[in-house]
Amino acid sequence: MTELLVGTKKGLFVLESDGEAFAITSRHFAGEPVEFATRDARTGRTFACVTSAFYGPKIFYTDDLAAEWQQASGIELPEDAEKPLERLWTIVPAEADDHLYAGGAPGILFESHDGGASWELNTAFWEQPTRPEWSPGAGGMCMHSIATWPGDPSRVALAISAVGVWLTDDGGQTWRHGNKNLYPRYMPEEARADTIDLCVHNMHRAPKRPERLFMQFHGGVYRSDDAGETWASIADGLPSDFGFPMVIDPDDPDSAYVIPLVADLDRTTPEGKVRVYETRDAGASWTARGEGLPSEDAYLTILRQAFCGDGAGTSMGLYFGATSGDVFGSRDAGKTWFTAATNLPPVHSVRAT
Amino acid sequence: MAVVRLRAPLSELAGGKRELELAGSTVSEVLKALEREHPDTRGWILDERGAIREHINVFVNKEYGREDTSVTPSDRLHVIPAISGG
Repeated sequence: MTELLVGTKKGLFVLESDGEAFAITSRHFAGEPVEFATRDARTGRTFACVTSAFYGPKIFYTDDLAAEWQQASGIELPEDAEKPLERLWTIVPAEADDHLYAGGAPGILFESHDGGASWELNTAFWEQPTRPEWSPGAGGMCMHSIATWPGDPSRVALAISAVGVWLTDDGGQTWRHGNKNLYPRYMPEEARADTIDLCVHNMHRAPKRPERLFMQFHGGVYRSDDAGETWASIADGLPSDFGFPMVIDPDDPDSAYVIPLVADLDRTTPEGKVRVYETRDAGASWTARGEGLPSEDAYLTILRQAFCGDGAGTSMGLYFGATSGDVFGSRDAGKTWFTAATNLPPVHSVRAT
Repeated sequence: MAVVRLRAPLSELAGGKRELELAGSTVSEVLKALEREHPDTRGWILDERGAIREHINVFVNKEYGREDTSVTPSDRLHVIPAISGG
Protein backbone atom coordinates (compact mmCIF):
# COMPACT_ATOMS: atom_id res chain seq x y z
CA MET A 1 0.00 0.00 0.00
CA THR A 2 1.15 3.53 -0.75
CA GLU A 3 0.22 6.34 1.60
CA LEU A 4 0.57 10.01 0.73
CA LEU A 5 0.74 12.75 3.34
CA VAL A 6 -0.54 15.84 1.54
CA GLY A 7 -0.08 19.11 3.42
CA THR A 8 -2.43 21.80 2.18
CA LYS A 9 -3.55 25.32 2.93
CA LYS A 10 -6.51 23.84 4.78
CA GLY A 11 -5.24 20.79 6.58
CA LEU A 12 -3.40 17.51 6.15
CA PHE A 13 -4.96 14.92 3.87
CA VAL A 14 -3.95 11.27 3.99
CA LEU A 15 -4.41 9.41 0.71
CA GLU A 16 -4.04 5.67 0.37
CA SER A 17 -3.80 3.28 -2.55
CA ASP A 18 -3.45 -0.48 -2.73
CA GLY A 19 -2.03 -0.21 -6.22
CA GLU A 20 -5.14 1.17 -7.85
CA ALA A 21 -6.76 4.59 -7.36
CA PHE A 22 -5.96 6.77 -4.36
CA ALA A 23 -8.66 7.68 -1.87
CA ILE A 24 -8.70 10.18 0.98
CA THR A 25 -8.72 8.17 4.20
CA SER A 26 -8.40 10.96 6.77
CA ARG A 27 -8.04 14.70 7.24
CA HIS A 28 -6.20 16.37 10.11
CA PHE A 29 -5.84 20.00 11.30
CA ALA A 30 -8.91 21.02 9.31
CA GLY A 31 -8.73 24.64 8.25
CA GLU A 32 -5.10 25.12 9.28
CA PRO A 33 -2.16 25.55 6.90
CA VAL A 34 -0.02 22.41 6.97
CA GLU A 35 3.26 23.41 5.40
CA PHE A 36 4.88 20.00 5.60
CA ALA A 37 4.15 16.49 6.79
CA THR A 38 6.35 13.43 6.80
CA ARG A 39 6.93 10.13 8.57
CA ASP A 40 10.17 8.98 10.13
CA ALA A 41 10.59 5.52 8.60
CA ARG A 42 12.80 4.47 11.52
CA THR A 43 10.08 4.91 14.13
CA GLY A 44 6.83 5.19 12.19
CA ARG A 45 6.19 8.56 13.82
CA THR A 46 4.30 11.08 11.65
CA PHE A 47 5.06 14.80 11.88
CA ALA A 48 3.08 17.82 10.74
CA CYS A 49 4.31 21.41 10.57
CA VAL A 50 1.23 23.53 11.17
CA THR A 51 1.30 27.30 10.86
CA SER A 52 -1.91 28.69 12.27
CA ALA A 53 -2.47 32.26 11.17
CA PHE A 54 -3.64 32.94 14.70
CA TYR A 55 -1.66 30.74 17.05
CA GLY A 56 1.75 30.54 15.36
CA PRO A 57 3.88 27.70 13.99
CA LYS A 58 3.90 24.33 15.75
CA ILE A 59 5.19 20.82 15.16
CA PHE A 60 2.73 18.05 16.00
CA TYR A 61 3.47 14.34 16.00
CA THR A 62 1.62 11.07 16.35
CA ASP A 63 2.53 7.40 16.32
CA ASP A 64 -0.94 6.48 15.10
CA LEU A 65 -2.95 8.56 12.66
CA ALA A 66 -6.12 7.33 14.32
CA ALA A 67 -4.99 8.70 17.68
CA GLU A 68 -4.50 12.24 18.95
CA TRP A 69 -1.59 14.42 17.87
CA GLN A 70 0.89 15.68 20.43
CA GLN A 71 2.48 19.13 20.27
CA ALA A 72 6.27 19.00 20.24
CA SER A 73 8.01 21.26 22.74
CA GLY A 74 10.83 23.72 22.22
CA ILE A 75 9.71 25.12 18.87
CA GLU A 76 10.45 28.75 19.65
CA LEU A 77 13.14 31.37 19.21
CA PRO A 78 15.01 33.03 22.07
CA GLU A 79 13.05 35.69 23.98
CA ASP A 80 15.28 38.44 22.60
CA ALA A 81 14.61 37.55 18.96
CA GLU A 82 13.68 40.51 16.79
CA LYS A 83 10.68 38.65 15.36
CA PRO A 84 8.89 35.48 16.38
CA LEU A 85 9.28 32.13 14.67
CA GLU A 86 7.45 32.35 11.35
CA ARG A 87 7.11 28.86 9.91
CA LEU A 88 8.48 25.32 9.82
CA TRP A 89 9.39 24.11 6.33
CA THR A 90 10.86 20.66 6.69
CA ILE A 91 11.67 17.79 9.05
CA VAL A 92 14.48 15.37 8.18
CA PRO A 93 15.68 12.29 10.07
CA ALA A 94 19.37 12.59 10.91
CA GLU A 95 21.92 9.78 10.99
CA ALA A 96 21.85 8.96 14.70
CA ASP A 97 18.90 7.17 16.27
CA ASP A 98 16.16 9.51 17.51
CA HIS A 99 18.00 12.52 16.01
CA LEU A 100 16.01 14.75 13.65
CA TYR A 101 16.44 18.17 12.08
CA ALA A 102 13.73 20.74 11.40
CA GLY A 103 14.24 23.81 9.24
CA GLY A 104 12.18 26.94 9.23
CA ALA A 105 11.93 30.69 8.95
CA PRO A 106 13.65 33.00 9.70
CA GLY A 107 16.58 30.82 8.58
CA ILE A 108 16.62 28.54 11.61
CA LEU A 109 17.57 24.96 12.40
CA PHE A 110 16.07 22.92 15.23
CA GLU A 111 17.32 19.53 16.43
CA SER A 112 15.59 16.79 18.37
CA HIS A 113 17.39 13.95 20.14
CA ASP A 114 14.31 12.15 21.42
CA GLY A 115 12.54 11.20 18.23
CA GLY A 116 10.84 14.55 17.71
CA ALA A 117 9.02 15.11 21.00
CA SER A 118 11.26 17.99 22.07
CA TRP A 119 13.47 20.31 20.05
CA GLU A 120 16.29 22.79 20.57
CA LEU A 121 17.52 25.59 18.38
CA ASN A 122 20.95 25.04 16.82
CA THR A 123 22.55 28.06 18.44
CA ALA A 124 25.68 28.05 16.28
CA PHE A 125 23.53 28.66 13.25
CA TRP A 126 21.22 31.08 15.02
CA GLU A 127 24.23 33.16 16.10
CA GLN A 128 25.87 33.46 12.67
CA PRO A 129 27.55 36.89 12.64
CA THR A 130 26.16 37.76 9.22
CA ARG A 131 22.54 37.02 10.20
CA PRO A 132 21.58 40.74 10.44
CA GLU A 133 22.45 41.03 6.72
CA TRP A 134 20.34 38.06 5.62
CA SER A 135 17.38 38.66 3.30
CA PRO A 136 14.25 36.54 2.88
CA GLY A 137 12.80 35.27 -0.37
CA ALA A 138 9.16 35.92 -1.25
CA GLY A 139 8.09 33.01 0.94
CA GLY A 140 10.12 34.13 3.93
CA MET A 141 13.65 33.26 4.97
CA CYS A 142 12.96 29.57 4.77
CA MET A 143 15.38 26.77 5.50
CA HIS A 144 13.77 24.15 3.31
CA SER A 145 16.52 21.66 2.50
CA ILE A 146 18.59 19.65 5.00
CA ALA A 147 20.91 17.12 3.37
CA THR A 148 22.46 14.64 5.77
CA TRP A 149 25.45 12.48 4.83
CA PRO A 150 24.73 8.73 4.99
CA GLY A 151 26.90 7.17 7.67
CA ASP A 152 28.50 10.43 8.81
CA PRO A 153 26.44 12.48 11.26
CA SER A 154 29.05 15.22 11.35
CA ARG A 155 28.45 16.37 7.77
CA VAL A 156 25.27 18.24 6.84
CA ALA A 157 24.36 20.72 4.11
CA LEU A 158 21.56 23.25 4.52
CA ALA A 159 19.88 25.50 1.98
CA ILE A 160 17.95 28.68 2.63
CA SER A 161 15.96 31.08 0.51
CA ALA A 162 17.67 33.49 0.17
CA VAL A 163 20.86 32.85 2.15
CA GLY A 164 22.41 30.10 0.03
CA VAL A 165 24.06 26.87 1.07
CA TRP A 166 25.65 26.21 4.46
CA LEU A 167 27.95 23.32 5.34
CA THR A 168 29.12 21.76 8.58
CA ASP A 169 31.75 19.08 9.16
CA ASP A 170 31.40 18.96 12.93
CA GLY A 171 27.76 18.10 13.49
CA GLY A 172 26.52 21.67 13.45
CA GLN A 173 28.97 23.31 15.83
CA THR A 174 30.38 25.50 13.06
CA TRP A 175 28.98 26.48 9.67
CA ARG A 176 30.42 27.92 6.46
CA HIS A 177 29.09 28.95 3.06
CA GLY A 178 28.99 26.59 0.06
CA ASN A 179 28.04 28.97 -2.70
CA LYS A 180 30.86 29.11 -5.20
CA ASN A 181 29.74 29.54 -8.84
CA LEU A 182 26.07 30.11 -8.07
CA TYR A 183 24.89 32.84 -10.42
CA PRO A 184 22.09 35.08 -9.11
CA ARG A 185 20.66 36.81 -12.19
CA TYR A 186 18.36 38.83 -9.95
CA MET A 187 21.36 40.77 -8.56
CA PRO A 188 23.31 43.52 -10.33
CA GLU A 189 26.31 42.11 -12.19
CA GLU A 190 28.67 44.01 -9.91
CA ALA A 191 27.17 42.34 -6.82
CA ARG A 192 26.94 38.75 -8.00
CA ALA A 193 30.38 37.59 -6.95
CA ASP A 194 30.15 38.63 -3.32
CA THR A 195 26.48 38.48 -2.44
CA ILE A 196 25.05 36.07 0.09
CA ASP A 197 21.53 36.81 -1.17
CA LEU A 198 21.35 33.43 -2.87
CA CYS A 199 17.87 32.07 -3.36
CA VAL A 200 18.14 28.29 -3.30
CA HIS A 201 14.77 26.67 -3.95
CA ASN A 202 15.65 23.04 -3.29
CA MET A 203 18.68 20.84 -2.70
CA HIS A 204 19.21 17.08 -2.45
CA ARG A 205 22.19 14.82 -1.80
CA ALA A 206 22.74 11.61 -3.77
CA PRO A 207 22.93 8.98 -0.99
CA LYS A 208 25.05 6.54 -2.99
CA ARG A 209 27.56 9.26 -3.84
CA PRO A 210 27.18 11.72 -0.97
CA GLU A 211 29.69 14.26 -2.23
CA ARG A 212 27.17 14.94 -5.03
CA LEU A 213 24.32 17.41 -4.52
CA PHE A 214 21.66 18.66 -6.92
CA MET A 215 20.06 22.09 -6.63
CA GLN A 216 17.09 23.97 -8.04
CA PHE A 217 17.96 27.65 -7.79
CA HIS A 218 15.92 30.82 -8.34
CA GLY A 219 16.86 30.74 -12.01
CA GLY A 220 19.31 27.88 -12.40
CA VAL A 221 19.74 24.15 -11.90
CA TYR A 222 23.09 23.08 -10.49
CA ARG A 223 25.17 20.08 -9.45
CA SER A 224 28.01 19.91 -6.97
CA ASP A 225 30.49 17.02 -6.94
CA ASP A 226 32.53 18.31 -4.01
CA ALA A 227 29.95 18.18 -1.22
CA GLY A 228 28.54 21.62 -1.92
CA GLU A 229 31.74 23.66 -2.03
CA THR A 230 31.37 24.57 -5.72
CA TRP A 231 28.54 24.30 -8.20
CA ALA A 232 28.14 23.86 -11.98
CA SER A 233 25.10 24.58 -14.11
CA ILE A 234 23.20 21.60 -15.50
CA ALA A 235 20.22 23.56 -16.82
CA ASP A 236 20.87 23.08 -20.54
CA GLY A 237 18.05 21.12 -22.10
CA LEU A 238 15.31 22.31 -19.75
CA PRO A 239 12.50 24.55 -21.04
CA SER A 240 13.17 26.85 -18.09
CA ASP A 241 15.71 26.88 -15.28
CA PHE A 242 13.14 28.26 -12.83
CA GLY A 243 11.18 26.00 -10.53
CA PHE A 244 10.86 24.86 -6.94
CA PRO A 245 10.71 21.12 -6.25
CA MET A 246 13.32 18.46 -6.95
CA VAL A 247 13.52 14.70 -6.42
CA ILE A 248 16.33 12.19 -6.87
CA ASP A 249 16.39 8.43 -7.26
CA PRO A 250 18.28 7.39 -4.10
CA ASP A 251 19.90 4.44 -5.87
CA ASP A 252 21.14 6.45 -8.86
CA PRO A 253 23.55 9.31 -8.16
CA ASP A 254 23.18 10.48 -11.76
CA SER A 255 19.43 11.06 -11.40
CA ALA A 256 17.31 14.10 -10.70
CA TYR A 257 13.78 15.21 -11.43
CA VAL A 258 12.58 18.81 -11.67
CA ILE A 259 9.30 20.50 -12.62
CA PRO A 260 10.17 23.69 -14.51
CA LEU A 261 7.98 26.78 -14.29
CA VAL A 262 8.12 29.62 -16.81
CA ALA A 263 10.04 32.18 -14.75
CA ASP A 264 10.02 34.08 -11.48
CA LEU A 265 7.42 36.50 -12.85
CA ASP A 266 5.22 33.68 -14.23
CA ARG A 267 5.34 30.74 -11.88
CA THR A 268 3.27 28.35 -13.99
CA THR A 269 4.02 25.27 -16.06
CA PRO A 270 5.41 26.29 -19.50
CA GLU A 271 3.19 26.28 -22.58
CA GLY A 272 0.19 25.17 -20.54
CA LYS A 273 1.69 21.67 -20.23
CA VAL A 274 2.55 19.87 -17.02
CA ARG A 275 5.84 18.03 -17.47
CA VAL A 276 8.41 16.54 -15.17
CA TYR A 277 11.97 16.53 -16.48
CA GLU A 278 14.32 13.68 -15.69
CA THR A 279 18.07 13.34 -16.00
CA ARG A 280 19.89 10.01 -15.67
CA ASP A 281 23.28 11.39 -16.68
CA ALA A 282 23.82 13.88 -13.86
CA GLY A 283 22.31 16.76 -15.80
CA ALA A 284 24.07 16.34 -19.16
CA SER A 285 20.63 15.83 -20.73
CA TRP A 286 17.00 16.06 -19.68
CA THR A 287 13.95 14.09 -20.84
CA ALA A 288 10.37 15.35 -20.57
CA ARG A 289 8.08 12.99 -18.67
CA GLY A 290 4.49 13.98 -19.25
CA GLU A 291 2.47 10.99 -20.43
CA GLY A 292 -0.77 11.11 -18.49
CA LEU A 293 -0.24 14.64 -17.16
CA PRO A 294 -2.37 17.62 -18.28
CA SER A 295 -1.01 18.72 -21.65
CA GLU A 296 -3.33 21.52 -22.68
CA ASP A 297 -4.32 24.77 -20.97
CA ALA A 298 -2.75 23.62 -17.71
CA TYR A 299 -1.03 26.45 -15.86
CA LEU A 300 -0.12 24.90 -12.56
CA THR A 301 2.20 25.97 -9.76
CA ILE A 302 4.07 23.27 -7.85
CA LEU A 303 5.63 24.42 -4.59
CA ARG A 304 9.03 23.38 -3.25
CA GLN A 305 7.90 20.62 -0.87
CA ALA A 306 5.09 19.33 -3.08
CA PHE A 307 7.11 16.66 -4.98
CA CYS A 308 8.46 13.41 -3.60
CA GLY A 309 9.83 10.03 -4.51
CA ASP A 310 8.95 6.59 -3.16
CA GLY A 311 11.44 3.79 -3.56
CA ALA A 312 14.03 3.63 -6.33
CA GLY A 313 14.77 2.35 -9.80
CA THR A 314 12.37 1.74 -12.66
CA SER A 315 9.43 1.18 -10.31
CA MET A 316 10.12 4.28 -8.27
CA GLY A 317 7.01 6.20 -7.29
CA LEU A 318 6.84 9.93 -7.98
CA TYR A 319 4.10 12.15 -6.57
CA PHE A 320 3.45 15.87 -6.75
CA GLY A 321 0.66 18.28 -5.93
CA ALA A 322 -0.18 21.72 -7.27
CA THR A 323 -1.71 24.83 -5.81
CA SER A 324 -4.73 23.95 -7.99
CA GLY A 325 -5.45 21.12 -5.52
CA ASP A 326 -4.52 18.37 -7.97
CA VAL A 327 -2.17 15.53 -7.02
CA PHE A 328 -0.44 13.41 -9.67
CA GLY A 329 1.50 10.18 -9.39
CA SER A 330 3.71 7.77 -11.30
CA ARG A 331 4.57 4.19 -10.43
CA ASP A 332 7.21 3.75 -13.12
CA ALA A 333 9.75 6.48 -12.32
CA GLY A 334 7.92 9.09 -14.36
CA LYS A 335 7.34 7.15 -17.57
CA THR A 336 3.56 7.35 -17.16
CA TRP A 337 1.37 9.39 -14.82
CA PHE A 338 -2.12 9.30 -13.31
CA THR A 339 -4.25 11.68 -11.27
CA ALA A 340 -4.26 10.74 -7.60
CA ALA A 341 -6.59 13.47 -6.30
CA THR A 342 -8.40 16.60 -7.42
CA ASN A 343 -10.16 19.47 -5.72
CA LEU A 344 -7.98 19.53 -2.62
CA PRO A 345 -6.99 22.89 -1.14
CA PRO A 346 -3.75 24.36 -2.52
CA VAL A 347 -1.06 21.72 -1.97
CA HIS A 348 1.98 22.73 0.08
CA SER A 349 3.73 19.38 0.46
CA VAL A 350 3.55 15.75 -0.60
CA ARG A 351 5.42 12.86 0.99
CA ALA A 352 4.96 9.13 0.37
CA THR A 353 5.29 6.68 3.22
CA MET B 1 -8.64 37.67 40.23
CA ALA B 2 -9.54 38.56 36.65
CA VAL B 3 -11.63 36.21 34.59
CA VAL B 4 -10.16 34.98 31.29
CA ARG B 5 -12.54 33.63 28.68
CA LEU B 6 -11.19 31.25 26.05
CA ARG B 7 -12.58 29.63 22.94
CA ALA B 8 -11.52 26.41 21.22
CA PRO B 9 -8.80 25.35 20.62
CA LEU B 10 -7.40 27.41 23.50
CA SER B 11 -10.02 26.16 25.93
CA GLU B 12 -9.05 22.57 25.07
CA LEU B 13 -5.43 23.38 25.86
CA ALA B 14 -6.59 24.80 29.20
CA GLY B 15 -8.07 21.50 30.33
CA GLY B 16 -11.43 22.12 28.70
CA LYS B 17 -12.06 25.28 30.67
CA ARG B 18 -13.74 28.15 28.83
CA GLU B 19 -13.43 30.48 31.78
CA LEU B 20 -10.57 30.76 34.30
CA GLU B 21 -9.72 33.04 37.20
CA LEU B 22 -6.12 34.20 37.00
CA ALA B 23 -3.97 36.69 38.89
CA GLY B 24 -2.06 39.58 37.34
CA SER B 25 -2.07 43.35 37.11
CA THR B 26 -1.52 43.56 33.33
CA VAL B 27 -2.70 41.57 30.32
CA SER B 28 0.79 40.13 29.98
CA GLU B 29 0.90 38.99 33.60
CA VAL B 30 -2.52 37.36 33.38
CA LEU B 31 -1.63 35.51 30.17
CA LYS B 32 1.66 34.32 31.64
CA ALA B 33 -0.28 33.06 34.64
CA LEU B 34 -2.42 31.12 32.18
CA GLU B 35 0.74 29.57 30.68
CA ARG B 36 2.01 28.58 34.13
CA GLU B 37 -1.30 27.00 35.10
CA HIS B 38 -1.82 25.35 31.72
CA PRO B 39 1.58 24.88 30.04
CA ASP B 40 0.01 23.57 26.83
CA THR B 41 -1.13 27.13 26.07
CA ARG B 42 2.49 28.35 25.98
CA GLY B 43 3.20 29.99 22.65
CA TRP B 44 -0.41 30.09 21.48
CA ILE B 45 -1.47 33.58 22.61
CA LEU B 46 1.88 35.17 23.49
CA ASP B 47 4.81 34.46 21.20
CA GLU B 48 8.26 33.57 22.49
CA ARG B 49 9.05 37.26 23.03
CA GLY B 50 6.01 37.75 25.21
CA ALA B 51 4.09 39.71 22.58
CA ILE B 52 0.44 39.04 21.80
CA ARG B 53 0.38 37.21 18.46
CA GLU B 54 -0.39 39.43 15.49
CA HIS B 55 -3.75 37.87 14.70
CA ILE B 56 -5.02 37.42 18.24
CA ASN B 57 -7.15 40.03 19.95
CA VAL B 58 -7.27 40.32 23.72
CA PHE B 59 -10.14 42.43 24.99
CA VAL B 60 -10.23 43.77 28.53
CA ASN B 61 -13.96 43.93 29.02
CA LYS B 62 -15.05 45.67 25.79
CA GLU B 63 -11.79 47.44 24.91
CA TYR B 64 -8.80 46.15 22.90
CA GLY B 65 -5.97 45.34 25.27
CA ARG B 66 -2.20 45.32 24.80
CA GLU B 67 0.47 43.52 26.79
CA ASP B 68 0.81 46.41 29.24
CA THR B 69 -2.91 47.17 29.64
CA SER B 70 -3.86 47.28 33.33
CA VAL B 71 -6.11 44.58 34.69
CA THR B 72 -8.11 44.63 37.91
CA PRO B 73 -9.73 41.68 39.70
CA SER B 74 -13.13 42.74 38.40
CA ASP B 75 -12.05 42.68 34.72
CA ARG B 76 -12.90 40.06 32.12
CA LEU B 77 -10.37 39.21 29.44
CA HIS B 78 -11.60 37.74 26.14
CA VAL B 79 -9.05 36.01 23.88
CA ILE B 80 -10.43 35.95 20.37
CA PRO B 81 -8.87 35.26 16.93
CA ALA B 82 -8.78 38.39 14.80
CA ILE B 83 -10.96 38.88 11.75
CA SER B 84 -8.28 37.90 9.25
CA GLY B 85 -7.05 35.03 7.18
CA GLY B 86 -7.93 33.51 3.82
